[in-house]
Amino acid sequence: MLQHAIVLQVVIPLLGAPLCAFVPRAKLAWGFATLVTWCAFAMSLMLLMQVNHSGAVTYALGNWAPPIGIEYRVDMLSAAMLVLVSGMGAVGMPYALVSISKEIEETKQSLFYTMYLLCLAGLLGMIVTHDAFNVFVFLEISSLSTYTLIALGKSRRSLFAAFEYLVLGTIGATFYLIGVGLLYIKTGTLNMGDLARLLPELWDNSTIKTALAFITIGLALKFALFPLHLWLCNAYAYAPSFVSAFLAGTATKVSLYVLLRIVFTVFGLQFAFQELPLGALFMALAFFAVLVGSFVAVFQPNVKRMLAYSSVAQIGYIVMGISLASQAGVTAGLLHIFNHALAKGALFLVVGCVFYRLGSVQLEDFRGLGKHMPFTMAAFVMAAISLIGLPLTAGFISKWYLFDALIGEGRWLLLAAVITSSLLSLVYIGRVVEMAYFKERQPHDVAVAEAPWMLLLPCWVLVLLNLGAGIFSAQGVDVATRIAGRLVDGGM
Amino acid sequence: MLLLTLIIPLAAAAVISLLGRWPNLREAVSLFASSALFYAVVQLYIYGREAVYQGVELLRGVPIAFAVEPLGLIFALVASFLWIVTSLYSIGYMRSNKEYNQTRFYAWFALSLACAMGIAFAGNLLTLFIFYEMLTLCTYPLVTHSGTEASKKAGRTYLGILLATSVGLLLVAVVCTWNLTGTLTFTPGGIMNKHIGAGTIAILFFLYVYGVGKTALMPIHRWLPAAMVAPTPVSALLHAVAVVKAGVFTLIKIVVYILGVDFLKEIGVGGWLVYVAGATVILASLIALRQDNLKRLLAYSTISQLAYIVMAVATFAKEAIMVAAFHIAAHGIGKITLFFAAGAIYTASKKKRLSELAGIGKRMPWTMAAFTVGALSMVAVPPMAGFLSKWHLLSSAWEEGNYFVVGTLVVSTMLNVMYFMPIVFLAYFRPETTVHVTGNLHDHGEAPVIMVIALMVTALCTIGLFVWPGVFWGLAERVAG
Repeated sequence: MLQHAIVLQVVIPLLGAPLCAFVPRAKLAWGFATLVTWCAFAMSLMLLMQVNHSGAVTYALGNWAPPIGIEYRVDMLSAAMLVLVSGMGAVGMPYALVSISKEIEETKQSLFYTMYLLCLAGLLGMIVTHDAFNVFVFLEISSLSTYTLIALGKSRRSLFAAFEYLVLGTIGATFYLIGVGLLYIKTGTLNMGDLARLLPELWDNSTIKTALAFITIGLALKFALFPLHLWLCNAYAYAPSFVSAFLAGTATKVSLYVLLRIVFTVFGLQFAFQELPLGALFMALAFFAVLVGSFVAVFQPNVKRMLAYSSVAQIGYIVMGISLASQAGVTAGLLHIFNHALAKGALFLVVGCVFYRLGSVQLEDFRGLGKHMPFTMAAFVMAAISLIGLPLTAGFISKWYLFDALIGEGRWLLLAAVITSSLLSLVYIGRVVEMAYFKERQPHDVAVAEAPWMLLLPCWVLVLLNLGAGIFSAQGVDVATRIAGRLVDGGM
Repeated sequence: MLLLTLIIPLAAAAVISLLGRWPNLREAVSLFASSALFYAVVQLYIYGREAVYQGVELLRGVPIAFAVEPLGLIFALVASFLWIVTSLYSIGYMRSNKEYNQTRFYAWFALSLACAMGIAFAGNLLTLFIFYEMLTLCTYPLVTHSGTEASKKAGRTYLGILLATSVGLLLVAVVCTWNLTGTLTFTPGGIMNKHIGAGTIAILFFLYVYGVGKTALMPIHRWLPAAMVAPTPVSALLHAVAVVKAGVFTLIKIVVYILGVDFLKEIGVGGWLVYVAGATVILASLIALRQDNLKRLLAYSTISQLAYIVMAVATFAKEAIMVAAFHIAAHGIGKITLFFAAGAIYTASKKKRLSELAGIGKRMPWTMAAFTVGALSMVAVPPMAGFLSKWHLLSSAWEEGNYFVVGTLVVSTMLNVMYFMPIVFLAYFRPETTVHVTGNLHDHGEAPVIMVIALMVTALCTIGLFVWPGVFWGLAERVAG
């Protein structure tokens, strides 16, 4: 079992998906999907322990040796990402039972879970594979299922949001494919390890440089780097609650992971950051992402859209860290990948609780919720504190290391942008807090009660994880530092 | 024992939040917890001078650490003792004014005290920063307690200024320090070394001074008058004692134990602070002169008094630092008396403005007596505690030849007299005006007994601190080294 764990990690959800489509009743479909998700999560934990114990694990698909055969490889970074993605799914499943039964028609729920399992499989596949083209395959699997998931949202705008994402996402994926194609033309291989070996001789080749450019832009679209972020705002805003939370915690993060693999493992720091000005490009874009995202968030009347713009800014932090191309910078980026997933996931889940009771996520409708939905809003406040980056939360840890990396390199302008964005996050979170705690519910408002415990529990699990990661952070930070060190030095 | 100082108020907060339906029991918890806390702190003072606790490592090599240290003891003794008195006072105030959401009030109050203890006993800059931020957050619900539009706006100013300074300036300074020295532990003599250039230290110093927004130095002082919208017990304990003292405490700790007083003198950095602080002293007093709202006047007086402390620290002189540490206690006890009196006046008569206080001395003799004691302490007249601080600061400045400080002290004392003494005269020697302002209780007596008791206790302590300053003076000496 253990030796096949890598491939089972992907195969189980992948096979589970079509099986789920045949399950007749919605609740059974949920049960099946939960079982699959928790299996995937258990497997990711096993992999993590194995990698921690004995180093990176490789696996040749179908026993065909690389570089012709497809290779799967899991090192510390991949293992951690696997735990993150499957963990977000696992925590969210109890939530999905209640929220999806309200947001999607009974007849379509089996299809929903099918698409969800496909998405999960796609994301997990992107992480484990060590073959550049295989990444594209899983990228498309996860993207196509994501478009469907978003389209299943209740709002009339969900379909439009899904279509917008489909167009832009396909462009992104196509760019990535073009880039990989260019690499294949010049090197004859698709295996990442092999590419890493062959590419250093080809650094002067303009085809290779173009390949990196295409791949980077394609991925940048997928992880919503400014100015390629426009699809994110609608997609997160109009998707079903569970989908928004799951995507916020996983989709962009996995694309960032692929970026790290391509840039550091395949191309190498020297080529990407010294021969080519990738660092400068990312720094500039991250600078704007951080400011624009936070600034626009302040003016959003729809709380989910506000959180989506906030995500744009937070992704800016991650890219900023990576753009420094130093161990400190990449550490900060890695930490924020995890911490943001925890914080944003929690926030979207909480907003989903509100949507469950109110049927709306407009800021206006949050009036007086502090009194009527105390546990929900308390979870919101605590997750928001992590987002803002105040002490004892996960967000503080990644913010500290980002500050450290920026100060260490003397990047004062970027530091000022990060500080401004933190203060702006205070403003847009403050709007929600003021509405919830300082205003009274009007008689013509929808009657509310506290959210059902099955919705609250996953929210609070994530909130507590935020606090735990904020307090017992030492080990996680050590791991991140080690991974960053290896990425920056050797690429593996 | 050290951890108990945190656990007691935290546990109290938890228990209080459950006791909403039994107000007497709930209040008993506050009183019991505050007494227990004070006992614990006193035990630390007597026995636990060397107590240290190291918790989980938040960053590489920097754990959440607590350590007992003289300055921290001053702060903790003052805060915990005054919590007992304020609890008594709050019972009277909240019930007489029929305030809403009292459970929430007492719970957040206890949490704020826990944060104050965390600040007092922080063993390194990271722990201090953590509890400093938490104090800001825990006091926010107290500032915005009434839930009105005005309190919401005040809350925005409060949170906005305090978080902007702490995230934008203080955190940067702390991370820089960590980057430069690799440690954040409070060490006598500071943790800086000569390899760090004077320019860097100068910038770091600036970031630290303005990063600690709770010192209410100009121009980041606006949060303090804004916070006066809170119920008076909040203004009394938190904004006369805990929060503002946390500010100057943090600044003194940073100057003495992170940057190092002698190091700063050697490098010649930070000379500008004396002038900024001195300007704040004078300007705040001038603004106080023009205030008609009693609490706002007291707020500006607090800004001025805090600036005394900052000015003292800024001279980098040993005796002045001693005064700064001592004034944490002296000002705290005097100011809380003044705020208690203001709250008593409001409770008894609904009056908030100076112009309405004519002849109130006859109706509220005890309250006004206490007010007079507090006012005289601010002006620094013996036998009030404030006299000791000002006298020693004056003598230290004179010896050092620091005529700016001397001048500032003289001018500001005159200004203090100009805005405090008229209130006393108005209260005692002017007849009551017959103009009835809506909302005021025209025919009223003294404030509720429990509030008067609290007032008298703090007033007597103000005098007591003058007569027996030994404990605090001894601790202050040890801070200055």
